Amino acid sequence: MTYATAPSPEGQPPEQQPPRPAAGNSAHMIGALGAVAALSGLLLVMVYQATLPIIEANREALLQEAIFDVLPGAESRAAFVIRNGAPPAELEEGQALGDADFYAGFDADGVFAGVALRASAQGYQDVIRALFGYDPNAQEIIGFRVMENRETPGLGDKIAWDPEFLANFDGLQARINPDTGELDPPIRGVQEGAKTQPHEVDGISGATISVDAVVTMLNRAVGERVPYILEHLDIIEGAR
Amino acid sequence: MNPDSLTYVLLDASLVNNLVLASFLGICPFLGVSAKNETAVPMGFAVIFVMLVAGVCSYAINQILIYFDAPYLRIIAYIAVIASAVQLVEMFIKWFSPTLFRALGIFLPLITTNCAIMGMALFATAREYNFMQTLTYAIGGGVGFTLALILMSGLREQLELADVPSFARGAALTLIIAGILSMAFMGFAGLGG
Amino acid sequence: MPKQDTFTPGEPPVLEADVFLKGLWRENPVFVSLLGMCPVLAVTNTVMNSLAMGLATTFVLFMSTSLISLLRSFIPKQVRIPVFIVIIATFVTIVEYSIQAISLELYENLGAFIALIVVNCLIMGRAEAFASKNPLPRAMLDALGMGAGFTFALFCLGAVREILGSGSFAGVDLFGPNFQPWAIMILPPGGFLVLGGWLLLFAWARERSDRKKAEAEAAAGD
Repeated sequence: MTYATAPSPEGQPPEQQPPRPAAGNSAHMIGALGAVAALSGLLLVMVYQATLPIIEANREALLQEAIFDVLPGAESRAAFVIRNGAPPAELEEGQALGDADFYAGFDADGVFAGVALRASAQGYQDVIRALFGYDPNAQEIIGFRVMENRETPGLGDKIAWDPEFLANFDGLQARINPDTGELDPPIRGVQEGAKTQPHEVDGISGATISVDAVVTMLNRAVGERVPYILEHLDIIEGAR
Repeated sequence: MNPDSLTYVLLDASLVNNLVLASFLGICPFLGVSAKNETAVPMGFAVIFVMLVAGVCSYAINQILIYFDAPYLRIIAYIAVIASAVQLVEMFIKWFSPTLFRALGIFLPLITTNCAIMGMALFATAREYNFMQTLTYAIGGGVGFTLALILMSGLREQLELADVPSFARGAALTLIIAGILSMAFMGFAGLGG
Repeated sequence: MPKQDTFTPGEPPVLEADVFLKGLWRENPVFVSLLGMCPVLAVTNTVMNSLAMGLATTFVLFMSTSLISLLRSFIPKQVRIPVFIVIIATFVTIVEYSIQAISLELYENLGAFIALIVVNCLIMGRAEAFASKNPLPRAMLDALGMGAGFTFALFCLGAVREILGSGSFAGVDLFGPNFQPWAIMILPPGGFLVLGGWLLLFAWARERSDRKKAEAEAAAGD
């Protein structure tokens, strides 16, 4: 390590130093700046090296927990990267879990439980980011979890914790029309308690924009990703 | 509206997530300089200018740090480069236009320690904005800061004439007014929805 | 250690305990000097966030002013500001990574305001006004006092905002399910209003005690 050659300022007892050097002593100035910069560089590299594995493990654990949360019954998972015009590839060794495009979950007996996908849309105050679970065989959304939101506390942020709202995602129909390859019918937000169809989401009164954002993000993510997943379902199911 | 579009970035930085009234950045100069309208306006323009410089600098540094894979140097590099950039800008304005320097000069040192500048740079990095978005965000942030400053100075000039209890004069009343102004700005939320 | 080694002769002697205590109340960085307002308003929406921010700031303040005091005769006067900035920024980065390692949730709640400790004028102010002129033990005491005062002020704000805005204290529900939270208090305007309210209360108390004192003196003079 190159820092070791830098003079250690701590070795010099400050009390015995002469009073502040006179102006114009530029060698001393550069020396002091250099020594402090070297000391700070050394400290930073040490802290960075020490904390990085812990931080990455924390991130991974958080994402892992969310994946199992949106895929009921899942106990193991595989991570995939989407490749243009080619089947999905499993995440390589050494890549971070967060770099994957979607995740497949499997239950204790190794049966395919569904895929977890990311979605995001502009909410009331800022972008809302979420993870949702999708069952390609039943063509339903089976779980939903908000990862990041800055919606109004007590109103808009109910999309993240209100049990009545989250109950919408116990099997929300999201069918891909095999002829057109598009989501048909699209998911629709309705007023609180007005849900009659399997593809409708019961809203939250006072949080229309936040609920609309959830509907928008799901429509967009399902429309973009699910046709690709259905096309390569055999590879994904066999990834265990 | 698409959150990546430049219009949205501009609206977001100046109104919806106004740096001062919604994100609490640059409170010190906001409380310190907003007493009079005639100081608020030049201060606002100085901030817009420095925001632009800092936005460009921070974007460049971030690209370099990503290239060298050294994210742990970000805070040090940002603060050092932004502080030096402000000094350079100050010298340049002095040489280029003494009149402009007299108008902005006293505010520039104040801006170096303004957390709105640093905050803007960090937010733009955290949102992974590209160059044009960073530039737009910087302008929007500066405009938002100026807007808040001008509104506040107008209110405070009116307040000078109001009969308030003696213990409420000064910081306490200014903060409560800022709270009401901040509530008014909450009305802009949902603008991008 | 000689007590008065670096003080100018005209200044009254300052007791060691007072170096610590003044930061808590008489020169409280938030309530009296109005320093470092950005994090004070931004992260005080819950008690936990307030305490975490207060402790993080105290750590940076303590470590950087200690180091600056230790190096104070080694640092040439002309380059002291850049040196201070580098030292402060180093400890801020250390705190940022440590908090991420301890709890990602906390890190996300505090957001960019951890990095913004670097522009907290409280730290630069104590480094320049106190640590660069005083020996290590005094600088450490001063930093602890100011840090405690800052944390105390954040706690005062966080407690009021969380109780009114979420009906809980440090995450523990206080009023049961029928409480209608005053949501504005945990939103940005609440920060301004609650700090304004505290300042109003303190100013009123001070004016009252001043008036009482003046009345007592007037009565004694008769």
